[in-house]
Amino acid sequence: MAETSLPTAPRARVRRLNLRLWLPLSWIGTLVVVALAAPWVAPHDPLAQDLFFERLPPFFLAGTEPGFWLGTDSLGRDVLSRMIHGARIALLVSVSAALITCIFGSALGLLAGYYGGWWDRVISRLVDIWMAFPPVLFAVLLVAVMGTGLTSVIAAIALIDWTRFARVIRAETMVQARMDYVDSARIGGARRLATLVGEILPNVLPSIIALLMLEMGIAVIVEAILSFVNLSISSDDPTWGSMIAEGRNAIHFAWWVLLFPLIALFLTVLSFSQLGEGLKQRFDPVLQ
Amino acid sequence: MLLRSILARLLTTAVTLFGVAVVVFTLIRVAPGNPIAMMLPPGASEEDIAQLTALYGFDKSLPHQFVIWLGGVLQGDFGTSITLRQPVDQLVLSRLPATLELSVMALLIALALGGGAAVLGARFRGSPTETGLDLASGAVLSVPDFLWGLLFVLCFGVLWPVLSISGRIDPGLEFDFTTRFYVIEGLMRGRLDVVASTLSHMLMPAMSLALPLAAMVAQLLKQNLKEVLVQDYTTLSRVHGFSETAVILRDALRNAALPTLTLVGVQFTFLIGGTVIVERLFAYEGLGNMAIDAVINRDLPLIQGIVLLFAALFIVINLLVDLSYTLLNPRLRHG
Repeated sequence: MAETSLPTAPRARVRRLNLRLWLPLSWIGTLVVVALAAPWVAPHDPLAQDLFFERLPPFFLAGTEPGFWLGTDSLGRDVLSRMIHGARIALLVSVSAALITCIFGSALGLLAGYYGGWWDRVISRLVDIWMAFPPVLFAVLLVAVMGTGLTSVIAAIALIDWTRFARVIRAETMVQARMDYVDSARIGGARRLATLVGEILPNVLPSIIALLMLEMGIAVIVEAILSFVNLSISSDDPTWGSMIAEGRNAIHFAWWVLLFPLIALFLTVLSFSQLGEGLKQRFDPVLQ
Repeated sequence: MLLRSILARLLTTAVTLFGVAVVVFTLIRVAPGNPIAMMLPPGASEEDIAQLTALYGFDKSLPHQFVIWLGGVLQGDFGTSITLRQPVDQLVLSRLPATLELSVMALLIALALGGGAAVLGARFRGSPTETGLDLASGAVLSVPDFLWGLLFVLCFGVLWPVLSISGRIDPGLEFDFTTRFYVIEGLMRGRLDVVASTLSHMLMPAMSLALPLAAMVAQLLKQNLKEVLVQDYTTLSRVHGFSETAVILRDALRNAALPTLTLVGVQFTFLIGGTVIVERLFAYEGLGNMAIDAVINRDLPLIQGIVLLFAALFIVINLLVDLSYTLLNPRLRHG
């Protein structure tokens, strides 16, 4: 299909797309590097409390203490160090939860969209049932049932958000399944499953990748929400969500404890969604 | 044909409701902790435990338990809250108005903001204004309600403290509510101070919920407006001397609105789902806030009641959207 597009695609468009890819990529790249090197990059121990240094403001305000660039929280823990260590958990949850959700949901979407019949009926009904639950409440409930901890958080995200993949991929698969190339593959003697994996999957892959990126951003938020209601990993461990919960409680005394992790979440979510859109346009055979 | 598709839709709705009941029952039964032990005060005798176990049917097989449970739910028996010691249906109904008022306010804000941005973008199509609005709505869309809420708390609650960041109404206000619809009752009884206080408490949580939907409305409606604005009848209006803005508001909007209305119908349930965490964030006394308390306190009957109510609400809204779409769309109506 790529051959059908004109070779004189406007250059300006390609340039803009690149910027759209590189800005988010550089933020996420920074996060990955910082997360991997956290013990060496963080200026302080993220768990070390120091009651002499509680609620120190960040560097641009009066009354700050050198070495505590982004200030300290109510227990005197360094905000910057906690954010750096929090990036580890954020990335770990976002990558693993999004991958599991993506594989599970896309597989169901492909099956429902291509085989139709009972596959479609059962999967679509399951999607309907799942969509009848408020996602945040569902997540909180699942974690309460499974017990708190990182695995529960990841499992809860996968158990809730597979519907997003299943719905979109099912619809796209149905469109692809009606195309001539599918028929010709079948006439050429390909089995159904081989056609699904070899012919249809590559054509819905751009959508899967875009959704995967979106899901990584969503997973970071869900982890933050669960930490916020104290249901993620233990509340001592530095996560952006638990910092936000602390910041919300101490908002009238130390608002910076909320501000910095909030900025990190904003940038991360925006980056993942822009990356998803950018990659989708970059790899979409029709748009190319 | 129409009747048949409506009947089929009702049937799938019934299946979905049943599925929801199965999922809720399973989750509640899998949850750790003996529900009987939680219902009794400490130091209850073996006899009491055996009696309650028999009463709730916990000594029967799981499918049998499900039938007993479903029978109770269908008769409106949702049990008694373990922590609050009140019937679950009363508790849930006392909080529902707060959540409904918040959701509807958010929906209105989303329509106003999104519609305004769409009209503006269509009016100045091809100009930097449109590009700017597109960029803004793209960014707004990808940030979820939770983050907007936090940002508002920080900006308008602390750094520039103009709004209250917790509660539903100024606690100092003296007013005897007969219903829990503070805004509606305040309006009907002419107490504008009550209305103003409630609305100012609702503004930030409602904005947080509204922004992502507003961005969606802005994008879709603008797209549809632009498609309509190249059609002959809008050209005719221009020839008749109507200004571009008048053409958009008079002719285009009505014909471009249907896809947006469908989108809003579907997205409204997502918006209501968002109230759970946003209410928590703003300590707003609605259903969602109560639900999170219930989960933290392992108050299983209360959790179950709230989840079922949300699910029923979502299913009914989706059904209404589908039916109204069938009725509004001429192609389906005469199909």
